Amino acid sequence: MGSRRKWIQLAVLAALIIVLPFFFPSSYYYRVGALIFVNALAVVGMVILIGYAGQISLGHAGFAGIGAYACALAPEYLGLHPGLALILGAVTSGVLALLIGRPILRLKGYYLGVATLGFGILVSMVLTNERALTGGPDGMSVADPGLRGMLRDLGWRLSVGELWYGVSAIALLIGAWVALNLFDSPTGRAMRALHGSEVAASTVGVDVARQKLRAFVISALYASVSGSLLALQNGFITPDVAGFMHSIEMVTMAVLGGVGSVLGGTLGAAILTTLPQVLTIFAEYEQLVLGAVMILVMIFLPQGLLPSIARRFRGRDE
Amino acid sequence: MNLLEVKGLGISFGGLKAVDDVSFAVKPGEIVSVIGPNGAGKTTLFNMISGIYLPSRGSVTLKGQDVTGTAPHKLAEMGLSRTFQNLQVFQEMTVLENVLAGYHLRVRGSILADLLSLPSMRRRAATAREGAQALLTRVRLDKAAGQEAGSLSYGALKRLEIARALALNPSILLLDEPAAGCNAVETEEIDHLIAELAASGIAILLVEHDMKLVMRISNHIVVLDHGEKIAEGDPVTVSRNPQVIAAYLGADHAEATHADS
Amino acid sequence: MDALLQFIFSGMTVGAVYALVALGFTIIYNASDVVNFAQGEFVMLGGMITVFTYMAGVPLPLAAVLAIVATAAVGVALNKLAIEPARGAPVVSLIIITIGASILIRGAAQLIFDKQLHRFPAFSGDAPLRVMGATILPQSLWVIGGAILVFVGLWLFFTRTLTGKAVLATANNRVAAQLVGINTNWVMTLSFGLSAAIGAFAGVLVTPITLVSYDIGVGLALKGFAGAMLGGMGNPKGALVGGLLLGLLEAMTAGYLSSQYKDAVAFIVILAVLFVMPHGLFGSKSVERV
Repeated sequence: MGSRRKWIQLAVLAALIIVLPFFFPSSYYYRVGALIFVNALAVVGMVILIGYAGQISLGHAGFAGIGAYACALAPEYLGLHPGLALILGAVTSGVLALLIGRPILRLKGYYLGVATLGFGILVSMVLTNERALTGGPDGMSVADPGLRGMLRDLGWRLSVGELWYGVSAIALLIGAWVALNLFDSPTGRAMRALHGSEVAASTVGVDVARQKLRAFVISALYASVSGSLLALQNGFITPDVAGFMHSIEMVTMAVLGGVGSVLGGTLGAAILTTLPQVLTIFAEYEQLVLGAVMILVMIFLPQGLLPSIARRFRGRDE
Repeated sequence: MNLLEVKGLGISFGGLKAVDDVSFAVKPGEIVSVIGPNGAGKTTLFNMISGIYLPSRGSVTLKGQDVTGTAPHKLAEMGLSRTFQNLQVFQEMTVLENVLAGYHLRVRGSILADLLSLPSMRRRAATAREGAQALLTRVRLDKAAGQEAGSLSYGALKRLEIARALALNPSILLLDEPAAGCNAVETEEIDHLIAELAASGIAILLVEHDMKLVMRISNHIVVLDHGEKIAEGDPVTVSRNPQVIAAYLGADHAEATHADS
Repeated sequence: MDALLQFIFSGMTVGAVYALVALGFTIIYNASDVVNFAQGEFVMLGGMITVFTYMAGVPLPLAAVLAIVATAAVGVALNKLAIEPARGAPVVSLIIITIGASILIRGAAQLIFDKQLHRFPAFSGDAPLRVMGATILPQSLWVIGGAILVFVGLWLFFTRTLTGKAVLATANNRVAAQLVGINTNWVMTLSFGLSAAIGAFAGVLVTPITLVSYDIGVGLALKGFAGAMLGGMGNPKGALVGGLLLGLLEAMTAGYLSSQYKDAVAFIVILAVLFVMPHGLFGSKSVERV
């Protein structure tokens, strides 16, 4: 049962990725699509942390910042290829998550919230203040990884938009596949068990602290890679990527679409990524509408969009 | 040799002694019941033995090893498993998954295998699934395997917790009021199940309010009142103990027991 | 030495504002278990509404009162429209609702008012007072005095009045409070109104010093939240100590180390405190019942 559901979800995701471009009115939408996938990748990580393991983080943008700036800094100062810089960023994020995760994850609820928030703010502060290294609040440019040239040599001509649409989509599909594997595996089940009841989970032998830490590190890796891809496709990066609002966006996207559900998280990312694009026409009202959407969805669809919709459909079947 | 040994165990909450100086032992395949009026400290005692509370005094020995204050997941590795009085079911997981969670120790492997769904993980998962199905059949929940656990009735949830605890393949099982809220038929089923488990060599430590059940199946009974042990012995001895009768059983019940025997 | 005193003065001023925001968090948290991230927007509204009614020709004291009353109404509306309908939702959903509310209020303020920085005259002039070689603005004394007034007033309210005791009872055990006949919905409404009023009051006091614009809320909410957690969520004493401590830490860091990293030190200290005391300085440890 578990395995079939996994492949159905992945197939739906893949189908959407392939079909969507046929409806794009202009090539600009490839960029929006790529942005959605990159955000969705980070959100899938949040689904693991919040939805599976039941732990909150208000500072995961800090890891996105590390991933992003690894891709900006490592090529410039270490002469590393931007692709390798992505891996370096992920390793850095993972190690950092491992180090801070153990003490932080002893905290519960809002205390965990403020501790992770503190971490995120520290990262964004370093990125903002170390002007000599990072260019400060104005940001810095990111070297081109040369993917397009490589593909052209292979005889595959892609526009910049198409390229990053493809790369981000592949990254998201891999991320979703891994998260869905985890869901139905012993580790994922242990995470979901401690979400349900920490005491009961520990009495069936789950090392609660260890599983929380795993979820934290895994989600940090997702955020880091997401930040790296964002930096690479934009060719430019500012400390906003590590900012408080970005952390909140990640959590909101995950919960809005349906936390615990990989597809739901992707839907949440799609909505919150496109909403500001749609609202640029009414720039003045952007915040007003965004705030109202967040409140209304949480009140009327507390499970998030996708699970609520799914429930309604199932209700009709019966 | 004793499987579990509790010596002088006690705990205080804010200066108040909730449990004080309780000692007893459990042998393999034995059914030991802890009884006492509400608030006597039975569940607190369970929480100390299973590592959820850190005792203030005394020691717990499991298989000859001092395990006082050992974390619950370590105790689970050593073969101690339990259920909860006020149900600690994983509500949002299916019935089957709840039992699968009980297989955690036996199926856990490398995190990489889990993330990438490697064949090794799938083999482990398949074994666990078979075992879990069998356990569900044993507690007659096999038909509900795919349902969300939160949708089960109270009595069914009690049985689900037992199945989950059995998934650990424990050598000692702590059952906290397994028959509470169950009807006569369900109680009888649990009665049979406990006897069966004990016969297969699993030691049972039981907290239960249903006195008929306790008197029928226990090998040994420990009586608590106000956090202290006031008596222990076989069912007949305990039920005749005047202190127990005064503190807990009440005159009516004592007479009834005498009439039975 | 003079420098130290100077830093203490500025730290106390900022700290008093953080303490008031933290207090707002605490009151609402106690009544409803909700952490209201829109708390900073109350401060903003207090400042902004005062500015605009004052510019419209209303005398400053009256403008301030109007701002506080209007903000309290916003607080009540927030509870009725967004929090009450979501009763029983998980912590994450409630966080998102209040953050959504904060974004919404910010967006509305930007439309109704503008994006400029504003101030109105200080209550007792702008001439700094000299104290033992350091200087302090008279408005700082207003801020610190105002904070003291609020804390004393609230302490009296909670210990001396029946309504205050009802709020405490609800904080302690919602179901039990309902059983003894306390209208817990009304307690929640009261708490939101009170928190909003306190936030607005802080905004009125501090605007002549720090100025106000539509987007000052986020930073204040973060600091107030951090202060409340540092002290121990749910404890008014913790809010006071946590807020003041945070303000002093910032001022000292800015003075002696680096003004760029003043926020960093504050958060490092919070992390350190939480590692040692997972429930903050004055938070109570609860035994998990199973």
